Parts: sequence; C-alpha cells; structure tokens
Amino acid sequence: MVGIVIVSHSRLAAEGIRELAAQMAGPDLRIIACGGMEDGSIGTDAMRIQNALIEADSGDGVCAMVDLGSGIMSTETAIELLEFDDDHSDIQVRIADAPVLEGSVSAAVSASSGDSLEEVIAAAEEARGMKKLLD
Amino acid sequence: MASKVYECISKIADIIIENKDFLTELDREIGDADHGINMARGYTEALGQLPQDESDIGAVLKKAGMVLLSKVGGASGPLYGTAYMKAAKAAAGKTELTVQDGKDILDAIIGGIKQRGKAERGEKTMLDAIIPGYEAYCAAADAGKDLAECLDAMCAAAAEGVEYTKTIIATKGRASYLGERSIGHQDPGATSSLLTMEAIRDWVRAL
Repeated sequence: MVGIVIVSHSRLAAEGIRELAAQMAGPDLRIIACGGMEDGSIGTDAMRIQNALIEADSGDGVCAMVDLGSGIMSTETAIELLEFDDDHSDIQVRIADAPVLEGSVSAAVSASSGDSLEEVIAAAEEARGMKKLLD
Repeated sequence: MASKVYECISKIADIIIENKDFLTELDREIGDADHGINMARGYTEALGQLPQDESDIGAVLKKAGMVLLSKVGGASGPLYGTAYMKAAKAAAGKTELTVQDGKDILDAIIGGIKQRGKAERGEKTMLDAIIPGYEAYCAAADAGKDLAECLDAMCAAAAEGVEYTKTIIATKGRASYLGERSIGHQDPGATSSLLTMEAIRDWVRAL
C-alpha cells in the first residue's frame, strides 16, 4: 500500500491534517505527520522528512503532501538524501502538486483502496480543482 | 588542534550570529522576519556538532550541510544545506584548497542553489550575490591572482550584487508576494551570502 507523509511548517497543522485524512483511510494505511522542527518550533527539517518517508514506505512508494516554500524544498532535499542512502535508495517518492489538506484526504482514500503511487498522486492533484460551493 | 576548515566555518558562524538581528530586520521588510534567527540557529548547532579535528574539508562541509538542512527551518535551510553539500562533493578528500578548487566549489554551489530553488540570476535571491562573486573570482583567477586576491574580487562583486538586489522585484520566495513593493529593499539571502563570502575572505587574509 502506498504511504503518505504530510509535511507542514507547523507540527499542529500536520497532525491535524493527518487526523482528518486518517479518518477516511483504512487501518493499514501508513500516514505520517511531519510538521515543524524537532524542538516543536515552526519550520521544516529535511532529515525529519527523510525519516518520515522511510517510515511511510511499505514497498509501494510514498506520496508526499507539502505546504509552502521550504516545505517543498526540504521535501525535495529529503528525496535526494534518500537516493544517496544505500539502505533506502529504492523508495519511490512523489510530491503531489495539491492543496495539502484536501489533497491529503483524497490521497488517503485512494491509497487505502490499494491504488498505485501514480493513482494516489493523481487523486491528490484532482483536489486542486475541487469546488467547495455547489451551484 | 582545530582543523583549518573548522576554524573557517567557525568564523562564518560568528559573523552570521553577530548579524542575526540585522538579517532578521532585512527579512522583516520583505519576508517573514526569520532569516537571521534561522541562520543563527543553524550555525550555532553546526558549531556544536562539527568535528573540530577532521582535516578532510569535504567531510566537514558535508556535516555542516546536514546540520543546516536539519536545523535552520526556513527556506535558507535546504538552500544553504544544499550549497554546503555540493561544496563538500567538490572538496571531497582535500585538506588544502587551490585557486582552481575555489572555482570548482563556487560553480558546484551555484548549480546546487539553482536546482534547489529553481531560481536564476536577477530574481532578488542569494544568486544575485554569489554569481557575480563567482564571475569576479574566475576573472581574477584567470589573471593569475592568488587566493586572497581572488576572494577580494569575489567579495567586491558580491557586495555590488547585494546593492543591485535593491533595484529589482522579487519573483521567488516570500518577498514575491510584495511584487513592486520589494523594490528599495536589499535581499536578506543575498546579504547572508555576502557575509559568508566576506567571512571566508577575512579568514584567509588573516592566515
């Protein structure tokens, strides 16, 4: 099953989004919140993200959901670090170009139903065009 | 005895930490007011974690990069972290650096920052200090100058680059939200890059 990592500058934001998305997911989904710095302050940490990606992977790849600015850059850095990590260089990771909350919910549903990494990413990215107010 | 590369990074750390409030103030004007705080936190951590007696320049730069990736917190974390990691690759196994090594390291740093930040020159970023610095360094090197002279040329051009950032609109990072209102302010990242280059130059000059 594809795993999911939620990256945010804020620990609370990442945990809250994880909580919402996990509610929609099956019990087997590995969905990891990776928010803030090790000491709890606001920021992103490429090493923590790297560890979260490893934790989320069960062999079928990981969909990374990211918030703003350095959330993206630190996640890209983490992916590059994995490539040079001999024990984990085979982990497939893709970053979804999607709003972090809505995308995480869609990704969680998709991953729980056994979709491939490509399908989970596509599901997350569909959330970009999701209408909230129905006519 | 502390290795030379440790001493040099300590010098950079001292300068960045001394300028913590200045960098944060610059970032308050056009960003999220955390650049100095973040950089000082990263370098304070680096001072504590770096091996003092390791003479392999690449090994120490790599460790510094890992610490900055992890401890800075803002966009400057992955950017400076990547810069150090790329520099580490170019300096792997070396215990002394030549003028040519300096060129190779700067070239690797610029490539790394462009890739990580998806940025080019002229977007009001650290590249607006580092690229002119690199070009001036190369011109001095090609004219047969020694390392200290090349670093002088680099710092002079980088300082001009920082001035130039006052005249342009930010299109990358948090400052891009300000659009034309970012004109008139110097870029905090270009400024911390200049401080880094000046710290290296001053350290070499004092040898």
